[in-house]
Amino acid sequence: MYDFNSCYLAKSVDDAIRALEANPAAVVISGGTDVLIKVREGKLAGCDLVSIHDVEALKGIQREENHSIVIGSASTFSQVVNDSIIQKHLPMLGEAADQVGGPQIRNMGTIGGNICNGVTSADCGAPLLAMNAVLETECKEGKRQLPIGEWYAGPGVTVRKHGEILTKIRIAEKDYRGYTGHYIKYGKREAMEIATLGCAVWLKLSEDKRRLEDIRLAFAVAAPTPIRCRKIEEQLKGRELSPNLYEMIGKGALEEVSPRSSWRASKEFRLHLVEELAKRAFGQAVLNGGGVDLA
Amino acid sequence: MLRIIKIVVNGKEIETAIDEREALVDTLRNRLHLTSVKKGCEVGECGACTVLVDGTAIDSCMYLTVWAEGKHITTVEGLKGPNGELSAIQQAFVDEAAVQCGFCTPGLIMTAVEIVGTGKKYSREELRRLISGHLCRCTGYENILNAVEKVVDGKNQIQE
Repeated sequence: MYDFNSCYLAKSVDDAIRALEANPAAVVISGGTDVLIKVREGKLAGCDLVSIHDVEALKGIQREENHSIVIGSASTFSQVVNDSIIQKHLPMLGEAADQVGGPQIRNMGTIGGNICNGVTSADCGAPLLAMNAVLETECKEGKRQLPIGEWYAGPGVTVRKHGEILTKIRIAEKDYRGYTGHYIKYGKREAMEIATLGCAVWLKLSEDKRRLEDIRLAFAVAAPTPIRCRKIEEQLKGRELSPNLYEMIGKGALEEVSPRSSWRASKEFRLHLVEELAKRAFGQAVLNGGGVDLA
Repeated sequence: MLRIIKIVVNGKEIETAIDEREALVDTLRNRLHLTSVKKGCEVGECGACTVLVDGTAIDSCMYLTVWAEGKHITTVEGLKGPNGELSAIQQAFVDEAAVQCGFCTPGLIMTAVEIVGTGKKYSREELRRLISGHLCRCTGYENILNAVEKVVDGKNQIQE
């Protein structure tokens, strides 16, 4: 038996918003793999839950008329991994989602929850940052859309207000067409692990595969929230592929991250990982795009 | 607060009163006496409580029973044949000595049912990944993999 006070089963997004507005202390629960752990630990003891577990409107992955890819926030990690649209256009996101927890957790936990819990170690955070994902939320005042870069407010904190539900994660065609990428999760085990560090590289090669038209570099656990390294991205854009780009991206990333020591790993080790994983993810992303890995 | 819910457990429609704070593992064990479902870590790491909800393997310790309304739940008790025969997966676990203390076995068998249900072939490496949501402290996993591999391959032979 869980130590919460009540669980309201919302029938729709509007219904969930109403229930949250009626109770300023209520907590949203979707897949449950984070919230129920917190309840079990006593951190949310006695709380009231508003469940969006079975709100069908929040599930599913589609392409809109303008070719934007829209992921319903309550899509489970498994649904993201096995979806043909994701496999074809956003394979890096599927690979990242496939590294969350274990198989059963991926059948339960949702991509929206991964973003709403606000933690820096979320496996989908860095890839979605690199893809310039736009988050759509709904509250009683209406809908709003904000870039994921403006979503995180601090460790475990987002700008989501009480009574606001994340409904959709949208990736525009200009942010995936022609792009390839690679996500590396570093952990001590290959399953049931929280990332010690995560690195996502999302890039677009020129037609002859010899020049970087665009590159995005994002990290998990390299700062209090998932982050982008925009300075080094700007320096790399437009360059011809060459062996010295690896050194540039590795050293450049070090200038922009601020990892800390935790029981999982020291700051020094994380810095080492930042440099090394940036190089490796970059090399693999180039390969995935049909270029030559010059490392 | 007590609620009445209707769920289909092992093919049988059941209507029962449950507390809304109940995890599915508690409902299955304490109200329906399906004690194949084991309560291990209670935080979704060990996989001992794995059951199928509409064919998908989930950790029933982190699944609220209220979410199961109208859904189909399968536990190991639901695998036996009309005269109590073991299913092919259970028999493979016996034949390969994939059971020692037995605590992880029902969960692993349910995951194996999900794996076999996909009808796909898997390499040993892929099977390792697919059972990575289960902890077994006795067997070292080798015999479990032998059993799952046997039944995955066997199933595919029948289909071919």
